[in-house]
Amino acid sequence: MDIALFSLEELDALMEEADKHSSTEVVELMAKSQQPIPDDLDWLDEEPRNQILGWGQSNSPWGVNFGLACCAFEMMSSAFSRFDQSRFGMEIMRPSPRQADFMIIAGTVSWKMAPRVRRVYDAMAEPKWVIAMGACAISGGTFASSYAVVPGVNRILPVDVYVPGCPPRPEALIQGFLQMRNKIRLAKQK
Amino acid sequence: MTIALNTHDVAEEITKRIPDAVEEVSNNYILVKGQSLYSVSQFLKDSPSLYFDYLNCIVGTDYIDYIEVVYILESYKHNSTITLKARAYGRDNPTLPSVVALWAGADFQEREIFDLLGVTFTGHPKMKRIFLWEDFEGYPLRRDFL
Repeated sequence: MDIALFSLEELDALMEEADKHSSTEVVELMAKSQQPIPDDLDWLDEEPRNQILGWGQSNSPWGVNFGLACCAFEMMSSAFSRFDQSRFGMEIMRPSPRQADFMIIAGTVSWKMAPRVRRVYDAMAEPKWVIAMGACAISGGTFASSYAVVPGVNRILPVDVYVPGCPPRPEALIQGFLQMRNKIRLAKQK
Repeated sequence: MTIALNTHDVAEEITKRIPDAVEEVSNNYILVKGQSLYSVSQFLKDSPSLYFDYLNCIVGTDYIDYIEVVYILESYKHNSTITLKARAYGRDNPTLPSVVALWAGADFQEREIFDLLGVTFTGHPKMKRIFLWEDFEGYPLRRDFL
């Protein structure tokens, strides 16, 4: 078996060449790698991804704990054991709008209250939804021509679901919840 | 049960202390002059035989010629009640003396009457609108509103 024998000088020259080669490799790679390679987000199809997001968001929305008038009592009652909206995974009402996904406008909104309602809505994180509960929140109801009442809360913020009634029964509010859930899920699937 | 005092007897007592204060006495109420409202209220509160230490409520009503303000007073000590009325004349700037210094509970109610009927209570520490916003024009519970 022939073994290539190198003198010490030859070995030195070879080593130097190898060093030079690796150094050019590093420089070339560094020049190529100034920007991070974008992550491949298409490993999962968009549709099932949105379905998962919609499933998660629609099954555990948290509301703002915010009652304005007599409709608020029906809202509270729908959270208690007789009607028990926690069956649908949404009994948690947060005291802070930062932690909430949706808001129930439960009752009459007066013009003096309107900027505060709008402020609570603005403080909520996206994505957010709004349920207008009862005749007063939908259109002003009996007080529609009043000097002090907002004729429909959709004058000051966008509304997703309208729950009619004066006040609506807790079953009606829960039906409104379910409509909102469907809306969240379908909106994600588009 | 709270006893409604005989208004004629009370009016007599008021007249003894403050002459010319009472304008009209009916079986249900005593109508006093606006400028003597505060002194009459003070007498009704401080007199040991009457001792109306609690202001139940204040009501304002617009009768077009004048705005009438009704004070319903109660005494915890004697378990009695009486109704006092005063009239504020004029549409532009009807004025009555404030009774906040006697009954602190009058604070918000006088502000409400100022807000909705436009009666200015002189001597009130913070005479501004309570339900409506500052820039609101007019007084909504007046008959000529709208």
